[in-house]
Amino acid sequence: MRKKKQDLIDQNLHDLNDDGVDRRGFLKCMAWAGTGLVWTMSGGIPVSRAFAKGFGKSAGKGADFTFVQISDSHIGFSKPANPDVTATLQTAIDKINAMPHKPDFIIHTGDLSQLSKPSEFDTLDQVLKGASAKQIYFVPGEHDMLSDNGEQFLQRYGKGTRGSGWYSFDHKGVHFIGLVNVANLKAGGMGSLGHAQLEWLEDDLHGRSASTPIVVFAHIPLWTIYPDWGWGTDDSEQALSYVKRFGSVTVLNGHIHQIMQKVEGKVSFHTAMSTAFPQPAPGTAPSAGPMKVPADQLSKVLGITDVNYVVSGRSLAVVDSPLEK
Amino acid sequence: MSGKNAWMLSLTVPVMVVMLMMFSGTRSVVAKDQPVATGVDVKIDNFVFGPQTVTIPVGATVTWTNHDDIPHTSVSTDGVFKSKVMDTDEKFSYTFTKTGTYSYFCSIHPKMTGTVVVK
Repeated sequence: MRKKKQDLIDQNLHDLNDDGVDRRGFLKCMAWAGTGLVWTMSGGIPVSRAFAKGFGKSAGKGADFTFVQISDSHIGFSKPANPDVTATLQTAIDKINAMPHKPDFIIHTGDLSQLSKPSEFDTLDQVLKGASAKQIYFVPGEHDMLSDNGEQFLQRYGKGTRGSGWYSFDHKGVHFIGLVNVANLKAGGMGSLGHAQLEWLEDDLHGRSASTPIVVFAHIPLWTIYPDWGWGTDDSEQALSYVKRFGSVTVLNGHIHQIMQKVEGKVSFHTAMSTAFPQPAPGTAPSAGPMKVPADQLSKVLGITDVNYVVSGRSLAVVDSPLEK
Repeated sequence: MSGKNAWMLSLTVPVMVVMLMMFSGTRSVVAKDQPVATGVDVKIDNFVFGPQTVTIPVGATVTWTNHDDIPHTSVSTDGVFKSKVMDTDEKFSYTFTKTGTYSYFCSIHPKMTGTVVVK
């Protein structure tokens, strides 16, 4: 497992070099300690930080605020890969609650439920009620669209959103944008944002100062990771063209149930672990889908993502942490 | 043409004419003589519809069964049929009453596509 992750990190570094980061410095990933990966982009000069066992101790220090991303809770799933996804979600929430710095809010990047059933959403709400952070932002995953094209999801979590559930908000100077790329999917395609949402996005960003840090979150990755498995968004290029001019853009996604990261200019992409079950690395299995691991390994491949924001440095530190080291 | 061949031809032609007469017209005759099942199964395994293309006669029923640990659907791209969500081991059946080529996909995982050809 460690070798695979090192390969992935090396691959990301290679890609980064190919992209020709047009600023001094390069991303150096230090010490994948098995507990977390930290890297920050600070005013164009990447800074990396090894992150050892003391999760939470160094995170938060000097950050103006932090928030947590969780993803793919799949409440209702009950198969060998994880017979109790509610319990592992609870573990994730407990972990958030145990953090020395309370996050300002939580973002859930979709696949809240397994089958869009009311009982599944109810159970999720019940668990989230116990989170230290009371403000939770959601975007749907494809599993949340299974009843009436996402009507159930919108009723519960879509207040103030438009179309299939997109929206934006500001928090301490950072502009957050929640996008929906799991509605009206076309045969043979991947994720899709659609014309109306893209128009709204362009309008939403219009006139904002380029020094405004931007965080975009959506379920399916907004960059192409593995088209054969639908791991990408067909029309994300256009969306990314709107954020290109900003000095700091962080894209947070879920869907693939594993961590993948990429830096392209000033845009940093990051996918989160699931709190329910892992999926295979691209091309390493006949298909995507729940991947069974030995029971004692499960908590090591599920996790949460802590994001630290420092106003002065225009940096966002993205820290992944498994449920269990 | 040799005598033997001419003899065979004179026998073949009427036999063919008779066969043609037998096979023209009623559909039931075709069904009896061509062993095509009125029901065809499509298995969903590892995010794939198998077989990806099925050819059936009009009036036949296709039954999809999901063998994955993740739910799937079977949705016609032309709005002809749309399954409910099939969880593991759940099925969906549709009887095709018109000829044509029907493309379909899984609305949850749209990379999964298939075709039903109805002759």
